[in-house]
Amino acid sequence: MVNDASSAASPDVVVIEPPRGWVRIGLRDLWLHRELLYFLAWRDVKVRYAQAAIGFAWAVLQPLLMMTIFTVFLGRLAKVPSDGIPYPVFALAGLVPWTYFANAVGGATDSLVTSSNLVSKVYFPRLVVPFAALLAWLPDLAIGSVLLVGVALIYGISPSVSILLIPLFGGLALLAAASVSIWLSALNVTYRDVRYAVPFLLQLWLFATPVVYPSSLVPERWRPVFGLNPMAGVVEGFRWCLLRQAPPNWCVMAVSLAATTTLLMAGLYNFRRVEHRFADVI
Amino acid sequence: MSSEPAIRVSRLSKQYEIGATTGGTASYRSIREDFAGIVTRRRRVAERRMIWALQDVSFEVAPGERVGVIGRNGAGKSTLLKLLSRITAPTRGRAEVRGRIGSLLEVGTGFHPELSGRDNISLAAAILGMRRREVDARLDEIVEFAGVAAFLDTPVKRYSSGMYLRLAFAVAAHLEPEILMVDEVLAVGDADFQRKCLGRMTEIGESGRTVLFVSHSMPSVLRLCDRVILLDQGGVAADGPPREVIRQYLGSGEGSSAERSWSSPDEAPGDGVARLKVVRILQGGQVDEEIDVARPVDLQVEYWLLEHTDLRPFVNLHLANEDGVLLFITSDSTNLAWRTSPRRSGVVTATCRIPAHFLAEGRLFVLAAVSSLNPTTVHAMEADAVSFHVVDRTSGEGARGEWANDLPGVVRPLLPWTIKDSYGEVWTPDLTRIVEER
Repeated sequence: MVNDASSAASPDVVVIEPPRGWVRIGLRDLWLHRELLYFLAWRDVKVRYAQAAIGFAWAVLQPLLMMTIFTVFLGRLAKVPSDGIPYPVFALAGLVPWTYFANAVGGATDSLVTSSNLVSKVYFPRLVVPFAALLAWLPDLAIGSVLLVGVALIYGISPSVSILLIPLFGGLALLAAASVSIWLSALNVTYRDVRYAVPFLLQLWLFATPVVYPSSLVPERWRPVFGLNPMAGVVEGFRWCLLRQAPPNWCVMAVSLAATTTLLMAGLYNFRRVEHRFADVI
Repeated sequence: MSSEPAIRVSRLSKQYEIGATTGGTASYRSIREDFAGIVTRRRRVAERRMIWALQDVSFEVAPGERVGVIGRNGAGKSTLLKLLSRITAPTRGRAEVRGRIGSLLEVGTGFHPELSGRDNISLAAAILGMRRREVDARLDEIVEFAGVAAFLDTPVKRYSSGMYLRLAFAVAAHLEPEILMVDEVLAVGDADFQRKCLGRMTEIGESGRTVLFVSHSMPSVLRLCDRVILLDQGGVAADGPPREVIRQYLGSGEGSSAERSWSSPDEAPGDGVARLKVVRILQGGQVDEEIDVARPVDLQVEYWLLEHTDLRPFVNLHLANEDGVLLFITSDSTNLAWRTSPRRSGVVTATCRIPAHFLAEGRLFVLAAVSSLNPTTVHAMEADAVSFHVVDRTSGEGARGEWANDLPGVVRPLLPWTIKDSYGEVWTPDLTRIVEER
């Protein structure tokens, strides 16, 4: 694609050559297209609720309904422990970031294919497309977080200063979703199987993440493996900063963060390596 | 620095896997197929057919030059534009582009039907690489150009297709790149809109910016460009002054642009019902590119009817001048006896006579088509199939009378005039001269 190294000498010259050797992540190019990133995300949000009768209420309903279902089946009937927190609040604290993750990954995976008219007709860093899809679900996450604080208050849990860390863990949820979507969206361009596999994958993933059960249920020696899941750290973090629970399991947190970073970096590299083919095969 | 070319292309090549060039959704694979491919890799590689959409194309474009790129379908025009606008990467070769690029490969890219006109302007502008400040500064201009001020806050899904196109082009037209690359966008919309677009493109060109213009419309290319590159089968077949290159293109290298022929139905444009065989311009029974306005001219189409059909296909010809103005459409279904006759397979020759003293001076382009009605179907069509030059050498006896200077107008008919004065004297039309040779 575009060789940034040779154009660096004279900023106005764009050199078009066959892709070869190592590629750059191209974050500078991405930064130059930040307005496009913003507009695409804004479009997604606007379009999503354009003809929905109850609009943003969906952002509240989705985690709330899931919370109810899990409370009835797991909290009441199966008596799953919840680290001493009322089960509904416990579950919701996991479901809010999880709902973001599931929606964002689902949207971002399909994003390049649904934007095929853009990809085949205009130049811009292709990373903009899946990232815009990830950003487009952030308003829902924010609304969900407010809901979470509200529900916690109802159950008599008043937030402490650690609540200020929510944006940090929200950002971590974004990175976790990015680390996965960046692989899936690129794969989906060539293999449309991916879009069918993703909903199924996300269902399994929900149960591999301590969303509706505490990570304290997992035996100590398996915790590092368990933590490889990027979402494990995010969910732990959300609970910790909102519910004044004991500090999260740092081992799970550290492994989770490392896994996210590795997956993200490798994914960015892979994406840049294959993106020049997108317009030809999409 | 200014002596450096705006675009330098050297041995640029692009290879596609067959199937991948057809676009759409036919090209993506399933994992199952690729697994099968691992097992039988040897066979798959052998079966994989590659074609060069573009091969070893080299040229340079100086800053401020307006270059037209022409060629038949599949000659590589769109591939070239996609490579230069960085949508896809070349297989070999190299290109350098100096300056901010604005490329317009499709009108309305990124438009979303649910969003309002205003929102879509912002979105499309961001996609085309315009900064928000620029858009805000030019919003009124864009809206005025598109003529949609009253509907600015209506979702574009409620727009008519004409409004939609106007808005889409308006955004693109107000992009201010140093290098503008345009692909066929003028092929859409009504004549009024096309004229507006072409006018805007001319403005952009005249303001000293570099323009690369891919088009099928020879009149537009002639009007807009000061140099033309002809692509053929992925390579540069000609590069030079517009008139010469277009003549070569239309004449397919056989000298005259007044005749186009296809040697077999397989390679001729058309479908299973009809295919074009020959399109030619005749004067006095001879194929001629230079047509004397004082004598009638014959437009002749030969076509293969591939089957006995109830469809009753008919020939229609569209004549356009260098400004892209459509002069008229004529059809052989105006011959009533032929219109109702059953069609038998074989070669059909249809000849239409344009009377003397009717066309205006200048170059005319002929689109030839074979169509049928119920349902309306275009069986075969060739845009700019032939072209010819009308010359007015009359002095006194023609429509120009004794006027020796330029005589504007898209046609120049010699019409019967009757004149009377107050003494009761009458001058009746001198009809013999007009109907002569008709």
